[in-house]
Amino acid sequence: MMSRIFTSALFAGAAAGLIAALLQLYFVQPVLLHAELYETGELVHFGGAAVSAHQDVGGIDHVRDGLSVLFTMLVYTGYALILVAAMALAESRGHEVAGRQGIIWGIAGFFIVHFAPGFTLAPEVPGVAAADVYARQVWWFATVGTAAIAVWLIAFGRNWVSWGIAAVLLLAPHVIGAPEPDTFTGPVPTEIGALFAARAFGVGLAAWVLVGLFAGYFWQREGQRAAQAQTA
Amino acid sequence: MTTQTAAFAASKKSVLLPIIVCAVFGLAIIFVTGHVQAELLHDAAHDVRHATGFPCH
Repeated sequence: MMSRIFTSALFAGAAAGLIAALLQLYFVQPVLLHAELYETGELVHFGGAAVSAHQDVGGIDHVRDGLSVLFTMLVYTGYALILVAAMALAESRGHEVAGRQGIIWGIAGFFIVHFAPGFTLAPEVPGVAAADVYARQVWWFATVGTAAIAVWLIAFGRNWVSWGIAAVLLLAPHVIGAPEPDTFTGPVPTEIGALFAARAFGVGLAAWVLVGLFAGYFWQREGQRAAQAQTA
Repeated sequence: MTTQTAAFAASKKSVLLPIIVCAVFGLAIIFVTGHVQAELLHDAAHDVRHATGFPCH
């Protein structure tokens, strides 16, 4: 069981992480580098002459982008381990899990770790004003944790009580509110900030659909292999 | 209890430990890559943290 979870998760996390990294480098990184021109003060977009929206943000930085690929693969491997563990739990309770169901699991995963916290703490472009990072991390983990429980209750709950609890768990972190900055000091144009958040969500969704698909596929395939090995 | 349901109950118990171990391991990876504020880790994972929606800085 342990090796079945680990093998499926490592394959799924590495494959989806690599694709996610390439999508990120193509769609998110130029927006991030553009924002950093304002973060560092190289560009200033108010109080002076109009600034062109088309800037040379530089090409590929081998060390920086290589580290991004490595860390994206690590992050999605971490997520895949948790996802496959949850799939194993669902299967042990009689639910079928394969590639097709995995897509739904992936969408749920995106909802839990990207959209639920991002609904109030939107993906941050570099340079934005933000509250203390530790306070935001506590809120992030609490929101992801409650969203995970809520999604499980929605998916596997059988009555209105569990769905009601799920709704409360989903709403509570946002009604209570996340740590927000006292003043706005962000030097980056809102256009870049909005594009960054949208791109981060879009790539996150694509990556999670792939993690779910691969995790479900490898999970089922590893299960078949183990079953064959037992009967052989 | 039939043999089948007995086997199912047994497998249910033996399934929990690896599930918890793997989930904790995954959580540890997420914590180290996405949230630890040590300067070296933060700098190396900076772009990924922003792009993945983790709180950064």
